[in-house]
Amino acid sequence: MSLISLHNVFKSYWRDSLEIPVLRNISFEIPDGEFLGLMGPSGSGKTTLLNLIAGIDRPTSGTLSVANTEITKLGESELAKWRSKHIGFVFQFYNLMPVLTAFENVELPLLLSKLSKKERKEHVELALKVVSLEDRMHHYPKQLSGGQEQRVAIARAIVTDPTLLVADEPTGDLDKVSAEEILKLLERLNTEFKKTIVMVTHDPRAAERAHKSRHLDKGELS
Amino acid sequence: MKVFKLIFKNALRHKLRTILTILGISIAVSAFGFIRTVVTAWNAGVAASAVNRMISHHSVSIIFTLPLSYRDQLQKVPGVSGVSYGNWFGGAYKDPNDFKNFFPRMAIDPETFFPLYPEFIISDEYLAAFKKDRNACIIGQKIATEHGFKIGDIITVEGDIYPGTWDFVVRGIYKGRDATVDETQMLFQWKYLDEKVGQTQTARTGQVGWYILNVQSASDLPTVAKAVDDMYANSRASTKTETEKEWQQSFVSMSSAILTSLTVMSYVIIGIILLVLTNTIVMATRERIREYAVLKTLGFSTKHIVGLIGGESMLIALLGGGLGLFLTFPATGGFAAAFPTWFPIVVVEPLTITLAAGSAIVAGIVAALFPAMRILHMKIVDGLRTIG
Repeated sequence: MSLISLHNVFKSYWRDSLEIPVLRNISFEIPDGEFLGLMGPSGSGKTTLLNLIAGIDRPTSGTLSVANTEITKLGESELAKWRSKHIGFVFQFYNLMPVLTAFENVELPLLLSKLSKKERKEHVELALKVVSLEDRMHHYPKQLSGGQEQRVAIARAIVTDPTLLVADEPTGDLDKVSAEEILKLLERLNTEFKKTIVMVTHDPRAAERAHKSRHLDKGELS
Repeated sequence: MKVFKLIFKNALRHKLRTILTILGISIAVSAFGFIRTVVTAWNAGVAASAVNRMISHHSVSIIFTLPLSYRDQLQKVPGVSGVSYGNWFGGAYKDPNDFKNFFPRMAIDPETFFPLYPEFIISDEYLAAFKKDRNACIIGQKIATEHGFKIGDIITVEGDIYPGTWDFVVRGIYKGRDATVDETQMLFQWKYLDEKVGQTQTARTGQVGWYILNVQSASDLPTVAKAVDDMYANSRASTKTETEKEWQQSFVSMSSAILTSLTVMSYVIIGIILLVLTNTIVMATRERIREYAVLKTLGFSTKHIVGLIGGESMLIALLGGGLGLFLTFPATGGFAAAFPTWFPIVVVEPLTITLAAGSAIVAGIVAALFPAMRILHMKIVDGLRTIG
């Protein structure tokens, strides 16, 4: 059963009066439980495609459904609510709040839920346990290594138990050892916790960890 | 963790900048409160004027006097329920260049003056003693405290309008009914003035500086003024009769340019508050564009983000405003202590507090508007690309 389906998706940006096409006629499906690697050179449109799937950008034309919701038809506030329930986003540069501890960073998405303080605490501790950082929960991002920061970011992405995990170059800013740890963690989330993952990378070694890889070049899937 | 905690942590992210902004706002708010209080103090006499009292003085200038014989005629004017009179004495007490030695000294009629001024609270014992001695005087509580005057003390004044050395015996101390009443006056018997002047300048006897008319109803004020002024229109000492408020206003209007400048300055200060805070919030928001984009990605709505920006702006504005208001009281207290007799009534009015606090709140809201508008129109993908 497909979790994500794209039909004739086009995306272009405007620079002054010049239209710059980024994605051209993208149509494909991603089944539930998949670990998909999106590869391609810089400027191929892979991050744009990931942003469309995550509902943080809109296609110029075409339709995009995720978990039986045609997200292209949702308004801004509906889309925000939808993202909070269905999407866990892992960024290349972690994007943690520097003024919040690891615990508080992971707790952030739960502030939008109706969970009690006690329930939130349980969820955060569990998420940090999954990424093996339960002993660093009261540390601030600047007190953590790059690999640890990315693990906190992954804990933040999974704490709401989202339908889909999207990762944009999750190992792009990490050394080899830390990158390996993150990839193992993503694999574990996919196999053990059955999370559907879409990961953008230009690192072939990272892409090898995905069950399946799709290549983008000049906005077209190959 | 609550959202408020995030607002608080964000506000303290650049401690020095936040502290300087709070200090800037507090100085501006206290300066606003101080200036308004000074302007209010300047107008205190006008504000404290009774609605049913009128002053009748020489139509040419206050320096010209009116005959005492007008008193009986004024009492018969329809609508007038009481008449008293007074003279400005002036004079110098000790070193006239020392501000604290300046306090109003006036000759009044002890029988008729106090019934017309119920806001001067004086005991029957003091009043009886005042009426008994020709050279007795009654002083306000403030100058009694300031100079340490006690009952029985002699105050020696060198006359200028009325030359000579004048000794006054303190026979009573009055208090104001409330904080708006001037407690810095020295009042003595008009007869003492008249008799002593008569010893050397007989032509100056039987003259009063102004008449005070108590009018039964405020609606009678215009007709009483017209009746009095018409009565003496063709005499050698024609009158100008006006409400006590107009009379007080005529003194204040001499300083109207200064007062207008001060008032304008107080409003410029509000603009400064706004600029200081807006600058800080705009900088803070620009630095955090990427973080706000991340929050939006996590599912936080624009409303939430605007709440964070607005909350931070309000927090800084309220801390600055609160500190500023707190500082206004010692600042105005210092001013009152420095010029106790020039500005006898220095009170930080509730309206001043409301305006100062309101300015800080409005600044908090307005300062958040521009950054909030930016966030409102920001696309998440553009925010994520921002290098903060």
